[in-house]
Amino acid sequence: MAELSATPPKIEERPSALREFWYYFSENRGAVFGLWVFAAFVFCAAFAPLLAPYDPTEQFRTHILQPPAWQEGGSWAFPLGTDPLGRDMLSRLIMGSRYSFFVGIVVVCVAVTGGVIVGLLSGFAPKWVDTLIMRVMDIILSFPSLLLALVLVAILGPSLTNAMIAIAIVFQPHYVRLTRASVLSERQKDYVTSARVAGAGKARLMFKTVLPNCLAPIIVQAALSFSTAILDAAALGFLGMGAQPPTPEWGTMLAEAREFILRAWWVVTFPGLAILVTVLAINLMGDGLRDALDPKLKRS
Amino acid sequence: MFGYFLSRLGMFIPTFLGVTLISFMFIRVLPGDPIIVMAGERGMTEERYQEMVEKLGFDKPVLQQYWEYLTGVLQGDLGESFVTKKPVWDEFFALFPATMELSLCAMIFAVALGLPAGVIAAVNRGKFFDRALMSSALVGYSMPIFWWALLLIIVFSGNLGWTPVSGRIDLLYYFPDVTGFMLIDSLLSGQEGAFASAVRHLILPTIVLGTIPLAVIARQTRSAMLEVLGEDYIRTARAKGLAPVRINGLHALRNALIPVITVIGLSVGTLLAGAILTETIFSWPGIGKWMVDSIFRRDYPVVQGGLLMIAVIVMLVNLLVDVLYGVINPKIRRR
Repeated sequence: MAELSATPPKIEERPSALREFWYYFSENRGAVFGLWVFAAFVFCAAFAPLLAPYDPTEQFRTHILQPPAWQEGGSWAFPLGTDPLGRDMLSRLIMGSRYSFFVGIVVVCVAVTGGVIVGLLSGFAPKWVDTLIMRVMDIILSFPSLLLALVLVAILGPSLTNAMIAIAIVFQPHYVRLTRASVLSERQKDYVTSARVAGAGKARLMFKTVLPNCLAPIIVQAALSFSTAILDAAALGFLGMGAQPPTPEWGTMLAEAREFILRAWWVVTFPGLAILVTVLAINLMGDGLRDALDPKLKRS
Repeated sequence: MFGYFLSRLGMFIPTFLGVTLISFMFIRVLPGDPIIVMAGERGMTEERYQEMVEKLGFDKPVLQQYWEYLTGVLQGDLGESFVTKKPVWDEFFALFPATMELSLCAMIFAVALGLPAGVIAAVNRGKFFDRALMSSALVGYSMPIFWWALLLIIVFSGNLGWTPVSGRIDLLYYFPDVTGFMLIDSLLSGQEGAFASAVRHLILPTIVLGTIPLAVIARQTRSAMLEVLGEDYIRTARAKGLAPVRINGLHALRNALIPVITVIGLSVGTLLAGAILTETIFSWPGIGKWMVDSIFRRDYPVVQGGLLMIAVIVMLVNLLVDVLYGVINPKIRRR
């Protein structure tokens, strides 16, 4: 028989969850960069009225289609130039960050809440309910997301709110599937059985015991949906089915600027660049989140 | 194998019914009366209104309406367009080749560049080339393609004047539709310059539509390759002294292809959604533009029929991918 050592081995204190997360997250330099850009974007959205030099709908009739400051004919009064109605591009872009941020937050919250609840139900419900829910999700997933969102907006009427509702509905099935898959694998584990034996009710089992252990892939997916939601909302705005003019939403701005593309490059370039940079930053951050939270999904 | 196919088909049928139910409901949940909308600003007499109610079957019980709709759909009857008065089925198949041509070219573009890029990145893991490729893939993946299209138009059509901005071919050329594919038809017509014109019209839309699939395929190929390159049989192949090109190209790529093929199959939905934006921007006369125009014209039977057809195509492709997957990978069949 092996001899037991006299002194118990020193137990190393586990680093706090947040510190552990930051350790893995900060290993990915792109993710940290994305986080900074995203922070700047959130700052912009929060303090937009203070940061914007002008009112985004104010029209300077004497400065129509003025180029950016560094180009001939530009002035530092309008650093990024003006649009066809003489509105300051910079102010509109800054205000536009609010709409994109809003779209991302609302869509992700609605889709995650709905998807997680339905996914949990599906994972715990009897077989036939589960099958029914999954078939309904399959049906929604059969439609290309942008097309379904477009048709939903056609039914509800074009506006930013309806675009957000449509996008949230379209994103829902991803969360349902993701939650259900994690629930099914977690349910088999011993800690769930012991909780059940200890007398935990269905609701407690679902939300207190199992859900916290399914969160990692959901959080990663939420970060990625945030960027897709911004892209889709901008696409709907671009097609005239999202935010309506004169709202300074980035996609809507692009749609308004389309006919001037060959005359004034700046009215087209900047709103798109704003979308690209924001979406890219969030995707970079999402990659880092995945590496830090979900080692199983880690891509080498 | 047959059992696997049957079980997969057993999932297809309820989903198909669900999709028809959604497209059936579409016209009935619209705010306002579709018949009034159809009449437009001219209005409509009471008699005519009743006639239309009868013609569209709105006076019957909903279940019976759905049954008639479903049997109609199975026989290729999707109703008539409010605007052109032509059957939606015929319109769909008249425009479908244009979308198909564009999507195929975009897919070829994405695979032709994405596969080698992914393989090269995986083989040179962590080096400059890998980083540069994967950074560009992430940019491509985050790209708002409608903006990308406008930028390409500014540079290649506006500043350089290399490519046309819209349509499938110059108006100078006229020849009958044989296959519906402009590239093939223009060659068949034998007119000088027709093929070149068709190609020039196709380049920008192909790049725009192929950008996101390209990024996805490159990323997927890289990670699949990396996984395979860590396997024992690759080490064995190396130990045997096989040439690296042979190991990477033959042993590794072949096994890495399975997840990649799935991704390619699943991109069909992305392509059709992207076609909506791409076709609208380049005035490409395909399904995507047709759907957007119909939504704006409130041509509801077209929206309804198009929605159904696109969903069915996506479902069929997914079914095909699943079956092919079973053929390639026997482990899946036995589940």
